[in-house]
Amino acid sequence: MRRFLFLVFVLLMPAMVWAEERFPLPDFTGGHVIPDETKLLPVPRAEMWGYRGWVDIAALAVALSLSAWLVLKKRSRRGVFLLMIASLIYFGFWRKGCVCPIGSIQNVAYAIGGGGHCGYVLSWVVAAYFVLPLAFTLFFGRVFCSGVCPLGAIQDAVIWKPIQLPRWVDEGVGLFAYAYLGVAVLLAAKGSRFAICQFDPFVGFFRMSGPVHMIFLGSVILAMGMFVGRIYCRFICPYSVLMRLLTPFAWWRVTITPPEKACVNCRLCEQSCPFGAIRLPTQGEGGRARIERRDRVWWLVSVLLVVALSLLLAWLGYGLGPQMARLDPTVRLASVVQLAESVSPEKRTEQQQQIALMDEYVKVFRESGQPVAELYAQAAAIQKRFASGTAWFGVWMGLVISLKLLGTTIRRKRVDYTVASASCLSCARCYKLCVVEEPLPGGTAIREVRT
Amino acid sequence: MSQPDKTKTSSPPPSRREFLSVTVRGVGLVALGGVLGTLMAQPARGETAWQIDTTKCAQCGKCATECVLPISAVKCTHVFHLCGYCNWCTGYFVVEGHTQKNTGAENQVCPTSALIRTFIEDMYYEYTVKPDLCIGCGKCVAGCHKYGNGSLVLQIDQSRCVRCNSCSIAVKCPAQAISRRPIEDAYLLPTKTRA
Repeated sequence: MRRFLFLVFVLLMPAMVWAEERFPLPDFTGGHVIPDETKLLPVPRAEMWGYRGWVDIAALAVALSLSAWLVLKKRSRRGVFLLMIASLIYFGFWRKGCVCPIGSIQNVAYAIGGGGHCGYVLSWVVAAYFVLPLAFTLFFGRVFCSGVCPLGAIQDAVIWKPIQLPRWVDEGVGLFAYAYLGVAVLLAAKGSRFAICQFDPFVGFFRMSGPVHMIFLGSVILAMGMFVGRIYCRFICPYSVLMRLLTPFAWWRVTITPPEKACVNCRLCEQSCPFGAIRLPTQGEGGRARIERRDRVWWLVSVLLVVALSLLLAWLGYGLGPQMARLDPTVRLASVVQLAESVSPEKRTEQQQQIALMDEYVKVFRESGQPVAELYAQAAAIQKRFASGTAWFGVWMGLVISLKLLGTTIRRKRVDYTVASASCLSCARCYKLCVVEEPLPGGTAIREVRT
Repeated sequence: MSQPDKTKTSSPPPSRREFLSVTVRGVGLVALGGVLGTLMAQPARGETAWQIDTTKCAQCGKCATECVLPISAVKCTHVFHLCGYCNWCTGYFVVEGHTQKNTGAENQVCPTSALIRTFIEDMYYEYTVKPDLCIGCGKCVAGCHKYGNGSLVLQIDQSRCVRCNSCSIAVKCPAQAISRRPIEDAYLLPTKTRA
């Protein structure tokens, strides 16, 4: 048998060189019909359910409209909660969380950034998923977060004893979301990877399977989420950044007291928001509002700060480019191949050994027959493109940080308990505690207070 | 500035904030519409599907383990028109340490016996894949590519693939062989010979 195999191998040697068909298709004398493999290919799901794209878009539109109505018109926490659970079941467990508006940011970035060259065209379902919640945000605030988003719903469902975080923690840690959005857009636009999907903490639960890091991240966020409400939404979610920027301009917004009634400052709602979105009335000396003067000096300092910080971070970002480019698979492969080419296995240091664990990648690369120089050239080109990308990322972070800092110098007078609409997730919890509501059928003007 | 903007729809002189809000809303809607319009103006706007480029595939076996589905959406597909109908198929029989030429499980490459060997005539055998048994490990594909015609290939079964926005096999694929394709043309079977 060995001899036979050897013979086969020797006979095959020329075939390997010529890369031709080694064994020709036999001429069957018995009339055997060769099956047509193209007829046996399973039909794509979308063609099986040709209407699915429309169903997805319609479901999103209906859920958003329902959420807006329940939050702003009906003002019903119960309704919002039921819608939230329905969305969790439909968009989460039934549709398995894909595609979602959060992830669609990357598809849009990829289509605009670099995907066009690779023949990537945004599908209209993904485009609708990106645009619809933002359009709704411009009119109704973040109604997507409360009743529609399955990632929000799974976290909202586990809130048990939420603690109030200090404002500076909220804002400070919240900066992460801006950075995450920047990095994710950069990586997607350069066609490197879809980081938001790769580190989506909850999609593993929806699919009931997933990589260890995903399940672990999700479990940690859910466990902590019992005490700190909606960690992903407040500090991580990149889509929330887009909505935060739009909510201040929303037509209708969440108000703790019904829009036509006046707040009586009863303080009942003070602790009701698990997400720290309720702003207390300002208390200056003798109830006088503290509004700092914004004179010429303030404007000068502000503009200087914005420009200086943006330029500084752009410069830092430009330097960070090669590091960030390592998140690109081609650049990573190039660095591993370079290591494998330069250092023999015995002489590797501990860290080099770690990287060499990916030697499988090197092996596959060598089998592919691509010249090493070509790979290095590709990697260098990507790194160069990343440098400009990270510079823009620096500008973005500079703008965000400086404008946030400037925001702290502006104090508005507030006489009522109001909602910081950018942070408000429209969950309708505070409504339950507001005593100023329509008279109940029993005749009392004060709603039953439940905690 | 200090007024709570509750009655903004009816108050006659708009405050600076209201004016800003209406302007930004208008600009925002136009911008969103613009982005959507530009992207939608492209000729094709169908959905995409993930598929394996068989010329790049290195049969590393990650398809079987990295897919989010409990049993991978990747299946072995047989391109019959490339097959030599070999009696001695290296995609079917284990080459190393093989002593007896029978179809006992220990002699088969496929860990799940998903590759079925059927006698046709003379010394020709037809090999068919049972998709419900195949786990997409690519062991037979590796055997077929090493010594044979390369007619066994790995393909993503589009009726099983849930089309994650980021394919978790693609992320780990050492050959970067998985990419998006238009769903109408979702399969990439080799046509003539291996590259």
